[in-house]
Amino acid sequence: MAPRPVEIALATLVAGLVLVPLAMVIWRAGGLGALGGLGAADYAAIRFSLWQAVLSATISVVLAIPVARALARRQFPLRGALITLLGAPFILPVIVAVLGLLAVFGQSGVVSQLLQAVGLPPLSIYGLHGVVLAHVFFNLPLATRLILQGWLAIPAERFRLAATLNLPPSAMFRLIEGPMLRSVLPGAFVVIFVICLSSFAVALTLGGGPAATTVELAIYQAFRFDFDLAHAATLSLVQLGLAGLAGLLALRMALPTGMGAGLDRVVRRWDRGSAWLDGLCIGVVALFLLLPLSMILAKGVPGLFDLPASIWQAALYSIIVAIVSTALCLAIALPLCGSLGATVGLIGIAISPLVLGTGLFLLVLPFANPFDLALPVTAMVNTLMSLPFVLRALSPAVTELRTDYGRLSQSLGLTGLRWWWRIGVPRLRRPIGFSAGLTAALSMGDLGVITLFADPDRATLPLQMYRLMGAYRMDAAAGAAVLLLGLSLGLFWLFDRGARVNADV
Amino acid sequence: MTPIKTLALTVAAGTIMATSAIAETPVLTVYAPDYFTSEWGPGPGVETAFEEICSCDLQYRAGDLLPRLMLEGSRTKADVVIGLNTDVTQQARGTGLFAPHGQNNADLDLPITWADDTFLPFDWSYVSFVYDTTKVTNPPRSFDELINAPDDLKIVIQDPRSSISGLALLLWVKSIYGDQAEATWEKLAPRILTVTKGWSEAYGLFTDGEVPMVLSFTTSPAYHIVAEEDATKQAAIFSDGHYAYFELAAKVAGTDQPELADQFMAFIMSDTFQNAIPMTNWSYPSALPRDAWPQVFQDLPSPDKALFHDEDEAAELRDIALEEWRRALSK
Repeated sequence: MAPRPVEIALATLVAGLVLVPLAMVIWRAGGLGALGGLGAADYAAIRFSLWQAVLSATISVVLAIPVARALARRQFPLRGALITLLGAPFILPVIVAVLGLLAVFGQSGVVSQLLQAVGLPPLSIYGLHGVVLAHVFFNLPLATRLILQGWLAIPAERFRLAATLNLPPSAMFRLIEGPMLRSVLPGAFVVIFVICLSSFAVALTLGGGPAATTVELAIYQAFRFDFDLAHAATLSLVQLGLAGLAGLLALRMALPTGMGAGLDRVVRRWDRGSAWLDGLCIGVVALFLLLPLSMILAKGVPGLFDLPASIWQAALYSIIVAIVSTALCLAIALPLCGSLGATVGLIGIAISPLVLGTGLFLLVLPFANPFDLALPVTAMVNTLMSLPFVLRALSPAVTELRTDYGRLSQSLGLTGLRWWWRIGVPRLRRPIGFSAGLTAALSMGDLGVITLFADPDRATLPLQMYRLMGAYRMDAAAGAAVLLLGLSLGLFWLFDRGARVNADV
Repeated sequence: MTPIKTLALTVAAGTIMATSAIAETPVLTVYAPDYFTSEWGPGPGVETAFEEICSCDLQYRAGDLLPRLMLEGSRTKADVVIGLNTDVTQQARGTGLFAPHGQNNADLDLPITWADDTFLPFDWSYVSFVYDTTKVTNPPRSFDELINAPDDLKIVIQDPRSSISGLALLLWVKSIYGDQAEATWEKLAPRILTVTKGWSEAYGLFTDGEVPMVLSFTTSPAYHIVAEEDATKQAAIFSDGHYAYFELAAKVAGTDQPELADQFMAFIMSDTFQNAIPMTNWSYPSALPRDAWPQVFQDLPSPDKALFHDEDEAAELRDIALEEWRRALSK
């Protein structure tokens, strides 16, 4: 389907919000002619970024398949709670997640202590494997949720038919599940690839040193250490180019299934497969995700009681920013679902936050005091950052819906807003709720560009948490992290579950 | 209008009103790092004390100082900048944005002689490794001893490319080992568990117990002693000498509040300001004699020898030193 005018307009807007600030940085650096000149260290950073991102995304997506399948076909107590908690690692501020992971996998972590208790050397987590482990911790849950959405969107009728025909598991996979995976996996892979590509603090800390230098760190160095804007802009373009390439590849591989619509009955499965295997998948993943989270909780709960009063105000600002970003993000994402949007949307996470922040700063500077706009700018940047994830969550479902109901809608003359009202929103309730929850939570946890121009009196919760750490108050910071986690998950749950009220799953 | 829009507009309107309400009294805009302006840093106390004597409104703008000044150039709204570090002053001076500080350098009380008439130190400390006494019973007393320490003595350092204390460590090693710096880093590599983006991450790993020793400052233990009554965090004092770390303030030449800016520069040298520094910034004040420091700071062990590169040496060495560091630790 060719992109509609509204899609083109929104895609242009989204691209503009990123590219105009980037152009500002390039202009300030002396124009396009000043770009170029990558050195050996830069190529090493590009190679490392690519390699760890490919590994992280592949492992996250591959491991997510059996987990999503197990979650899709099993019912068990607290299944809903587990699915909500799956969102947690993804929305944690980086530093909190890293400390949580190290409390489990670090050299003084739980695993190392167990190993030492039986006379083995402690676990060595620092290195490429550590980087990948952390990225899988962040992104496996996201991949699981995206694939789970795909599984739950398969109409019950297909499974019923398959059961009637007594299809063996291999045929079930080839005819029903395979096509769904083919439409969901490339997109899931590519967002995770792009988010890992621009990783910096996680890669450095768990990578164990400068061998784990990513492009984003090289950009940071160009900007902070050398104040070489041209170099920063060049590296940023490289990062954008790599992400764009990945986006285009994914687009070529993803196919809508288009197998015929269903009536949204409860998915009942007759092909339960091995319960033992499903249980193992769910158990291992739950342990992998929940152990670091419990460490964060255990460490932070005492700190909750000596949180400064300012934390509550910061929390309020964060919630407002999160709600504004969520509304903006959905307003942009819903009409933008489609191949054009999926590619353009990536731009929000492919751009270096530092370069984006700098560009916005330069843009605002002639007209207003950038500090006064810290919160609105944060909301906007959070919107851009969440967009690719939201498009990922919505696109397969919307595309499917258009394939399945496109002709019928056309013959009934259902278009535009009426189509959304009658068909789109009711049938997309689940992905819309998930998307809103994801945006709100992401926006809560993101430090974003606010560090570049923060007003001391209007801090967001993550910023206030960093300030506590900077002032040696590690216990209070751990408490703030728990508050942040609680609020993020609360918002996530509200949107995600809220959209599923009266729904069967 | 949707509730969301109303909310967004309310936020925007609140922002505008907050800026215009105080337009009558003269405003002194001070750019400072986040840790300085946060409610736990020296910022709020300094603001209150200064506003009592200046009949003005002191407003902080927090964030990354130097990159922001370089982006703004002469359009900067800053009247005073506080929180720069000696290792980057050559870059800062190069912007031509700053005016003489107008204070008498002889009033400073520092481990080195201060001759700069543009950048004025307001506090200082020594870069050092801080360790947990419950885990390190025999702390290293020099870089050599650190290199030859038992296998389980691991340290976390900050990346010089993203952290100013990381850069100070780079210059520290360079000032002791010179041409042998790269070889030293290679020998230190097995000690280094990992490298973090900033001080907070590294210190978090330390207080979490992941490492027994972390790159910080000789004055860091004061926080634990005062605020937590915990004497188990100590700075290892090296006989090689320690790299001195000064934090600086400067007056912006193009300020539209030159008198207020001068008054603030003078205020930095006052006892009020100097006395506020130790317990909020956890560092030594720059213009108080040692016996006027809080007792806990007087009692902290400190090195016999201060090492220091002036800004020209620092600027000349840092690219070479960074390349050596990167090569040695990438192996």
